[in-house]
Amino acid sequence: MTPQAALPMTDAAFALTLALLLLAPLAIAGVALINTGLGRCRSAAQALLGNLAMVAVTAIVFALVGAALTGNLPGTPGGAGHVFSLAGKPWNWLGAGSFLLGGLGAAPAQSQLALLFEFLAVAMAALIPWGSGADRLRLTAGCAIAALLAAVVFPLVAHWVWAGGWLAQLGVNFSLGDGFLDGGGAATVHVLGGLSALAVVWIAGPRKGKFPKEGLSTALPGHNAVYVLFGCLLALVGWLGWNVAGAVLWLHAPLTALPVTAVNTVLSASGAIAATFGITRARFGKPDASLCANGWLAGLVASSACAGIVTPVESLFVGVVAGVATPLLVELLELALSIDDPSGAITVHAVGGLWGLLAAGIFAPQAGQLLAQLVSIATLLGLVLPLVYLLFWLLNRVVAFRVDSDGERIGMDLHELGGGAYPEFVIHRDESYR
Amino acid sequence: MKYAGLLVMPAGFFLSIAALVLFSAPAQRAAFVLCGLAVECLGLVVAVRGHMEARGENRR
Repeated sequence: MTPQAALPMTDAAFALTLALLLLAPLAIAGVALINTGLGRCRSAAQALLGNLAMVAVTAIVFALVGAALTGNLPGTPGGAGHVFSLAGKPWNWLGAGSFLLGGLGAAPAQSQLALLFEFLAVAMAALIPWGSGADRLRLTAGCAIAALLAAVVFPLVAHWVWAGGWLAQLGVNFSLGDGFLDGGGAATVHVLGGLSALAVVWIAGPRKGKFPKEGLSTALPGHNAVYVLFGCLLALVGWLGWNVAGAVLWLHAPLTALPVTAVNTVLSASGAIAATFGITRARFGKPDASLCANGWLAGLVASSACAGIVTPVESLFVGVVAGVATPLLVELLELALSIDDPSGAITVHAVGGLWGLLAAGIFAPQAGQLLAQLVSIATLLGLVLPLVYLLFWLLNRVVAFRVDSDGERIGMDLHELGGGAYPEFVIHRDESYR
Repeated sequence: MKYAGLLVMPAGFFLSIAALVLFSAPAQRAAFVLCGLAVECLGLVVAVRGHMEARGENRR
């Protein structure tokens, strides 16, 4: 399927896209459950409250500031932006919409839906680093990170990709296919979130006892596999809504092409979990539940980039590759690179998303599309990661990311909330502190 | 070392952008964009190595 030219939205397309977007919060709920389940039981309430807080903070900040910088309001997508000229080409680098959501009610149907999509997307992007900082990231710091993402970084990337920014215009300005394609938010949500997670993990450091003075890293398994796996099922429903709505909004797909997008989403996730299941069974003798969940999620993330572009067989292949890479990279990051990422977000969201974006370029039929995707990947790695790291490094000077060692010892629930998620349970003494 | 790696990464990005502006032939553009990505990967590797060294010092 190749992206069609944008046409005025019919009532049927508007109603369908709105209905699909109302399913998308289930993906947020799924990721919140996964984040919570992969953390430790003494931080479970703080983790889930943090997820709620991220959604609230991003909604408020994005409404007040971020939506204006994204530039979808007022007028049609791509209508508002700050442009400079280089080598005779316009480079639309920042949105110039109205602040405080002014003119939302009077905006065209497609702009309203685009804004709703972005509202949900920014919340999802903020949840990803929160999961990676589990068990040591303070609630205040998580909210500050979410605010920064919603106010500055997400609007910048979303404008480039979805609101007529320079990445979206690569096709028009440089004859690179149809410009950068990201139907489900693989770049704006998942790669951005995954790279933010890497920055958070680098700045906050590993959990106490994770990398002891002697020997290999200590296994700190998630406390509730049921949350994690149920979160995966919830995420599928939300992802279906997100990918199909994204195909309508950003790829301008006709309604008849939408079932293929949904099938591709399911196939990518299925191929990924089957591959992870096989890999973990071959390596450990039994399949690993949390890694299989990560594989499933990596398949969904990869589908965000390419579900609206590839064929079902190609989508299955994309999922299988994501599923093979996930357990190997999770192990590499932890054992070889000393990166403590409890939710596996760096692998699942950053690497899975980058692979999906690359696959979209490889399998897209139009000439030059692969180069457009590569330029976008170069932008995410070469510009967005250093920018996010710099902003978070500065933020850490103002709002310390990491809880003190006493708080980490007693758990984030008791330290930050004054009570645990499971008050009637006996919490075992942590052997790693001996 | 981590900061050095993170400073190298934008150089790769600008190399990729320069490829779009300076060249019109698809092959030349692709080669330069790939070079830009390679520079970014190099920067990422340096940053990760810096992180590992810092972790090693903390363990000792």
